[in-house]
Amino acid sequence: MRFQDKVAVVTGGASGIGEATVRAFAAEGAKVVIADFSERGTEVAEELNKQGLDAYFVKTDVTNEDSVKAMVDATVEKYGKLDIMFANAGIGAEGQSHELELKDWQRMIDINLTGVFLSDKYAIAQMLKQGTGGAIVNCGSIHSHVARNTIPAYAAAKGGVKLLTQSNGIAYAQQNIRVNAICPGYIDTPLLKDASDEARNYLVSLHPMGRLGKAEEIAKSVLFLASDDASFVTGTTLTVDGGYTAQ
Amino acid sequence: MRLEGKVAVITGAGTGIGKSTALRFAKEGAKVVITDINEASVRQTADEIVQLGGEALALRHDVGSEDNWVQVVEEAVKTYGTIDVLFNNAGIYVIKPLFDTTVEDWNRLMNINVTSVFLGMKHVIPVMLKQQRGSVINASSIAGIGGSPNHVLYGASKGAVRTMTKDVAMEFATQGVRVNSIHPGYINTAMVDYAAATTHRDKEALGQAVSPLGRVGNVDEVSNLVLFLASDESSYMTGTEMVIDGGAMAR
Repeated sequence: MRFQDKVAVVTGGASGIGEATVRAFAAEGAKVVIADFSERGTEVAEELNKQGLDAYFVKTDVTNEDSVKAMVDATVEKYGKLDIMFANAGIGAEGQSHELELKDWQRMIDINLTGVFLSDKYAIAQMLKQGTGGAIVNCGSIHSHVARNTIPAYAAAKGGVKLLTQSNGIAYAQQNIRVNAICPGYIDTPLLKDASDEARNYLVSLHPMGRLGKAEEIAKSVLFLASDDASFVTGTTLTVDGGYTAQ
Repeated sequence: MRLEGKVAVITGAGTGIGKSTALRFAKEGAKVVITDINEASVRQTADEIVQLGGEALALRHDVGSEDNWVQVVEEAVKTYGTIDVLFNNAGIYVIKPLFDTTVEDWNRLMNINVTSVFLGMKHVIPVMLKQQRGSVINASSIAGIGGSPNHVLYGASKGAVRTMTKDVAMEFATQGVRVNSIHPGYINTAMVDYAAATTHRDKEALGQAVSPLGRVGNVDEVSNLVLFLASDESSYMTGTEMVIDGGAMAR
């Protein structure tokens, strides 16, 4: 049980990669806060609590500073501390720059980049107050590293996450707060549920392994980065992409 | 047990990161074939593993020799039946100005640091392909990504390992064999003693200077990462480079 007595927050924890990570943390002994805009977080928390695990849903809008602050406060009130933040909440959307509406660009930046900034900000503040150090894992993407021609806003936000991660990683190293990013390839999650077979096959073809990733495979990498096993790993990205960016 | 029932080949396992990884793998249930040019050192590692209740086969190994690789793979398969994990770890470190570096220096280092990795993959991956499953971890370095003065030789070798990793990862991506590289910063081994002596600094000052965490890493921190890459926990990872440097390359 690598996370016995640890308190972990997972933003976007009610579905997809976030949900898989919530389940993995809880199974390894962590007390887990599911911070999500979707009420489905309640169901996930109830299910885990029924199994004798420990999870708590806090409805959260990661784009809203008051909401993120309140979520971190609620975490500390419920469990006494915060050891791990997985800033995972995010959306996917297509749209090339010459026809992308400013509001759509802004929404992408708000959720996928500002949401990570705010999650890191209040997690780090709490870890500094505790003086315990801690581990933060931000959700980047293969598009933190490489582009695709229909997702400029997504790639810009995820590229931002990469350097936000490096900045926070080096800034708080001396306080033993480690900050890393996980960079998944395309994962079989609800973000892809509406994709046509053709679009799906295209995405599969981009990955040398010839398949999409599973949310559980990303969760295992997040757990590695969050665990004490990764004690010399900070300011870097862990790419889990079936070979996508190695081509 | 994260490597239950798996067979791992680890080169350079007599000391440092290789030895730490051998012990860690054995504790996680792997049978380990451990090799080193220094046979006494790797026998010592094997003794420690056996005392812990593990299984180990110690072999003298010149990693730059193709004949030697053929023998090591034959012995491994004869003893344990297959190979699931290969950690190409053996290597040497030379800090030398460009103008002082001889062709002999160059050829020797490339043989030990690069030819070794090529031969290891060439002879072990066929065994992995028979079971359509395997994980190769190649030891590169942060010197394989960024530049440092007097590192032309070492940097070239580790840069080669970084790219070879991606090439071979692509070649076998659909056949169940994963290939990834690790990129340690300064880790507390004889290499750091050498770097400290060469740059006239003590180890603590070196650690403070080179990493935001303010220290050199421990060998066990690296073997934790190698274990993760060797295990099925990293099943969707191939062709990636994993930096473990206390934040050095982030700035």
